[in-house]
Amino acid sequence: MFENLDAVILARAQFAFTVSFHFIFPAFSIGTASYLMVLEGLWLKTGNGVYANLYRYWLKIFAIAFGMGVVSGVVMSYQFGTNWSVFSTKAGPVIGPLMAYEVLTAFFLEAGFLGVMLFGMNKVGKRLHFFATCMVALGTLISATWIISVNSWMQTPAGYAINEKGQFVPAGSWLPIIFNPSFPYRLVHTVIGAYLTTAMVVGAVGAWHLLRDRANLGARKMFSMAMWMAALLTPIQIFVGDAHGLNTLEHQPAKVLAMEGHYEPSPNGASLILFGLPSNETAEVHYKLEVPQLGSLILKHDPNAPLPGLSDFPRDQWPPVPIVFWSFRIMVGLGFAMLGLGLWSLLARWRGALYDWSWLHRASIALGPSGFVAVLAGWVTTEVGRQPFTVYGLLRTSESHSPLDAAAVATSLIAFIVVYFSAFGAGTYYMLRMMAKPPQAGEPEPPKIPQRAAGITPAAAVATSTERKA
Amino acid sequence: MNMADIDLTTIWAGIIGFAVFAYVVMDGFDLGIGILFPTFSVGEERDQSMNSIAPVWDGNETWLVLGGGGLFAAFPLAYAIILPATYPLIIAMLLGLVFRGVAFEFRWRDARHRAFWDVAFSLGSVLAAFTQGMTLGAILQGVHVENDAYAGGWLDWLSPFSLLTGAAVVVGYALLGATWLIWKTEGSTQERARRLALPLGVATLVVLGAVSAATPFLTYDYWRRWFAIPGVLLTAQVPLLVAICAVTFFWGLKRGAERLPFMTALGLFFLGFVGLGISIYPYVVPRAVTIWDAAAPPQSQLFMLVGAAVIIPIILAYTGWAYWVFRGKVGTHGYH
Repeated sequence: MFENLDAVILARAQFAFTVSFHFIFPAFSIGTASYLMVLEGLWLKTGNGVYANLYRYWLKIFAIAFGMGVVSGVVMSYQFGTNWSVFSTKAGPVIGPLMAYEVLTAFFLEAGFLGVMLFGMNKVGKRLHFFATCMVALGTLISATWIISVNSWMQTPAGYAINEKGQFVPAGSWLPIIFNPSFPYRLVHTVIGAYLTTAMVVGAVGAWHLLRDRANLGARKMFSMAMWMAALLTPIQIFVGDAHGLNTLEHQPAKVLAMEGHYEPSPNGASLILFGLPSNETAEVHYKLEVPQLGSLILKHDPNAPLPGLSDFPRDQWPPVPIVFWSFRIMVGLGFAMLGLGLWSLLARWRGALYDWSWLHRASIALGPSGFVAVLAGWVTTEVGRQPFTVYGLLRTSESHSPLDAAAVATSLIAFIVVYFSAFGAGTYYMLRMMAKPPQAGEPEPPKIPQRAAGITPAAAVATSTERKA
Repeated sequence: MNMADIDLTTIWAGIIGFAVFAYVVMDGFDLGIGILFPTFSVGEERDQSMNSIAPVWDGNETWLVLGGGGLFAAFPLAYAIILPATYPLIIAMLLGLVFRGVAFEFRWRDARHRAFWDVAFSLGSVLAAFTQGMTLGAILQGVHVENDAYAGGWLDWLSPFSLLTGAAVVVGYALLGATWLIWKTEGSTQERARRLALPLGVATLVVLGAVSAATPFLTYDYWRRWFAIPGVLLTAQVPLLVAICAVTFFWGLKRGAERLPFMTALGLFFLGFVGLGISIYPYVVPRAVTIWDAAAPPQSQLFMLVGAAVIIPIILAYTGWAYWVFRGKVGTHGYH
């Protein structure tokens, strides 16, 4: 299977696999942590039991997602060294400290307060427990901030010098490194993406239970909250995405041209290619369906503004256009589908039928996984679009990898695939199974609370819940 | 190179050493519980021992990320040499940690497959501990470096010595796990842990002795560090303290003490760690790369130091608080 692949391709495949799998979990837990914070806060403020029930309902699901995020994240902290040692040596002095700050300010915060959040409901006061929830939510956001700064520096490097060993080192202040040109756009786009991912999941779960029981208070509340998020955040996300694209055009024009499928320059204004089959070999897009001038209107806010083409760049600096072209369309398409759902929900709300329109609920269920797909497609766009570089324009991917035999990388790649699909597949199944149960009044806490007295051991609690299901 | 970067680099070596030791202390006992898991009876014993670490394992494992991330940031060259050199070990360790990490949640979620997740928890813990020990052995025995990069094959780490260090860490973690359970549980779980602690204590001393005896013979340099006059006057204190620690451990176990066995087991680990420091410092890859060779430029180390100096005490404070919230015996009578 791997005979014809070299160590670089395999290392790229491995990194792509482990990071994509990993990011699924934070994409959900960033949003869910904030959602839990809102739920618990509303509960403390209003004393309304439905919020406490929803908190407990989502906490159990969050615990699994977070656990999977942690273990797949530990892998990521070592992947740089195992598979990209040259990159690590060269870029370590610049991005290493940012990642160390992520560990210090975010990972410990999340992990330290997670135990109290999951198991401490009866051990600390309500307010202190809420504080723990807030710290976990804050930790997820701090974590996103640092790691997006690292990634953005790789896309739009700034504030660096190169020393005698060929390493990137800080040129002076750290501020231009941390706040590199693409960082603010990418951070906002990613965090809103995570919130929307959670909103789509929460909405789908609410809709699923509404289809069975329109009177379920928990299902009504979660569906309503999720639809507010969809209606309010998708327009903002589309606006932010547009701004992010303009920023990319300024700093990584080849990536944008790949996203748009423009091989040839367009001196009189570029079209917008809706669909087509780009080919790097022939440097053209086959079977394309395009709208004249719209590309320039979007990217330059002027229909006649000229745009360069990929042919203006050396051939060895082109990203693989077909992947970038299609992943970008998947992301954008799903974004507009979410916008449609949000608008539909507004209409339903206005007509007083938010809990009654079963086709709205079905659409929401269909879009349940859309956030994950959109987030991954977006990352594929930006990461593949950065190719053939690890540090854009400065360090080539083909010069970044570890001195490893292809056999070693191939073996470990297979091991990752087997382990991730079995372990995380099981976890996803457990989460779906929990989501399939309707939220109840008196939602039980996670069934393994350590302070539980003898006689009602966690095992007994699990056994009872299984019986109840049967 | 001026005095300023020497100081910074040494400080960072100390911080990373601290992170690695904090990891060994904290994740050591929860990996140890995984290693001992098959010896506990299904039901209360397993549930209790799992519960005794469920609220803290995640924080414990974060020290491993700090160790790896800190090495990447402060000593990028060392990170870039050691990880390719021990590639299969690191990958196996990570996969072991995946299995045991997910088992914490999954075993409660799926009563029908609990036996399977218990096996995953246990095998994952053994694998993680064994590969960590082997990685240590592989670094100690030396790594082939040319032009600031790893230049050996992908199985260079495999040797009788690294197998020995792997086994040593498994045994040592199991001891930490057993003594933690003596402290945190009662009833049949505690009794079982007590029965396990005695042979594990003996075994730990045997493997500690074996590794210590083998290390100076790996190269002349280790020999000189340990046995040259006058350094031997200082280094001889390490085995002496080990002996004191061991005697206290067995005495505490015999007397039925609940906390002392865990503390003295940690003492043994600490002394082993000091011994490693004596063997390695100031190298980070023995005989090839010193901490100064591997160091990131001073501005990188300084930038992180400012954060580390402020944040690590805060981390220790809230980690301590989290442990305090879950203080006392687990499971049978609830927390006090």
